[in-house]
Amino acid sequence: MHIMEGYLPASHAAAWTAISAPFIGWGVRKLAHRLREDGEARLLLGASGGFTFVLSALKLPSVTGSCSHPTGIGFGTVLFGPWIMSVVGCVVLLFQALLLAHGGLTTLGANTFSMAIAGSFSAWAIWRAGGAIGLPVNLSLFLAASLSDLLTYCVTSLQLALAFPDPVGGIAGAAVKFLGVFAITQVPLAVSERLLTVLVMNLLRSHVGEALVGLLPAKAVRP
Amino acid sequence: MRTQNVLLGLGAVGLVVLPLALITPTGDHPFDGSDDQATRMIETLQPGYHRWFSPLWKPPSGEIESLLFGVQAAAGAGAVGYALGYWRGRRQRRDDAPRD
Repeated sequence: MHIMEGYLPASHAAAWTAISAPFIGWGVRKLAHRLREDGEARLLLGASGGFTFVLSALKLPSVTGSCSHPTGIGFGTVLFGPWIMSVVGCVVLLFQALLLAHGGLTTLGANTFSMAIAGSFSAWAIWRAGGAIGLPVNLSLFLAASLSDLLTYCVTSLQLALAFPDPVGGIAGAAVKFLGVFAITQVPLAVSERLLTVLVMNLLRSHVGEALVGLLPAKAVRP
Repeated sequence: MRTQNVLLGLGAVGLVVLPLALITPTGDHPFDGSDDQATRMIETLQPGYHRWFSPLWKPPSGEIESLLFGVQAAAGAGAVGYALGYWRGRRQRRDDAPRD
C-alpha cells in the first residue's frame, strides 16, 4: 500500500499530509498520557509496535502472482485504541520511507492515512461493533484484523485514483484498475494477518495472567 | 487453545506456500510487489508523469534492502518475544512462590 516517493502530485501530497497531521498530533498526546499513567503499558506497546514491524516487513506471495504485505495494525488497535496505533503506524512508515526507499516523505501523509488512520479506526469500529453485538472475542479480532487490512488497500487505490483518473473511465475507472492491483492480491494476506493476530493474542492472553487483564481485550477498552 | 494456535500457525504458512506452489505467474514480473505494479499503472494512466521527489537514500542493492527488511522483522519479533517472555517468567515465578 505504499505510494512511492514523488508519485502523488504535490497538491495531493500536501492535502493528505494536512488531513493526517491532526490525527498524529492527538495520537502523540494520548500516547504520552497513557505511558505516564501506566508503566506496564510500555511493554505492551513495544509488543504491539513489534507486531506491526514484523507484519509490514513480510512481503508475502499471493494468488495474483504478485507480492504484498499485511499491516499488523489491528492487533495494537484493540489494545491501545486507534489514536495511539495511528502514531505507531506512522513511525513504521517513516522507518520504511527513510531506510528502505519504500513509500516516501512526500507520500507519508497519504500512506499514514491509509494504513495507520483508516486501518486503525476501521479495526476499532469493527472490534467495538463485534463486542456490542456479542460476537466471541476471537471472531471480532478476526474480522477487525482482516477487514482493516483490506480497507487500507482500498483507501490506497482511491487515493491513487483521485490523483490519476483514467482518461476514459475517470476516477471510478482508475479506482477499478488500482483495486485490481491491490485488492485481490490482499485478500489471502488479510486472512494471514487475521490468523497471526489471533495467534499472538492467544499467546499473550495465556502468558500474561491476571496482572494485565485490564489491558487485554476480554472486553473492549476506551480509545 | 494449543490446537487452535497450531492450526492458526499452519494456516498462515499454508497461505504463503499455496500461491507459490499453485500459481504460475504470466507476464514479465512474476511475484513482484503490488506497490511497483501500482507505480507502473500510474505510468500507463498518465504517461507524462515524472516523480517530482526522489527518496533521500536508497538501499544500494537488493541485498542491502533485504538486510534492512530483515532487521525490521527481527527487531519487531524481538520486541514481541521479549514481552511474552517477560510476562511468562513473571507469571511462573508468581505461580511457583510458596503460599502460606
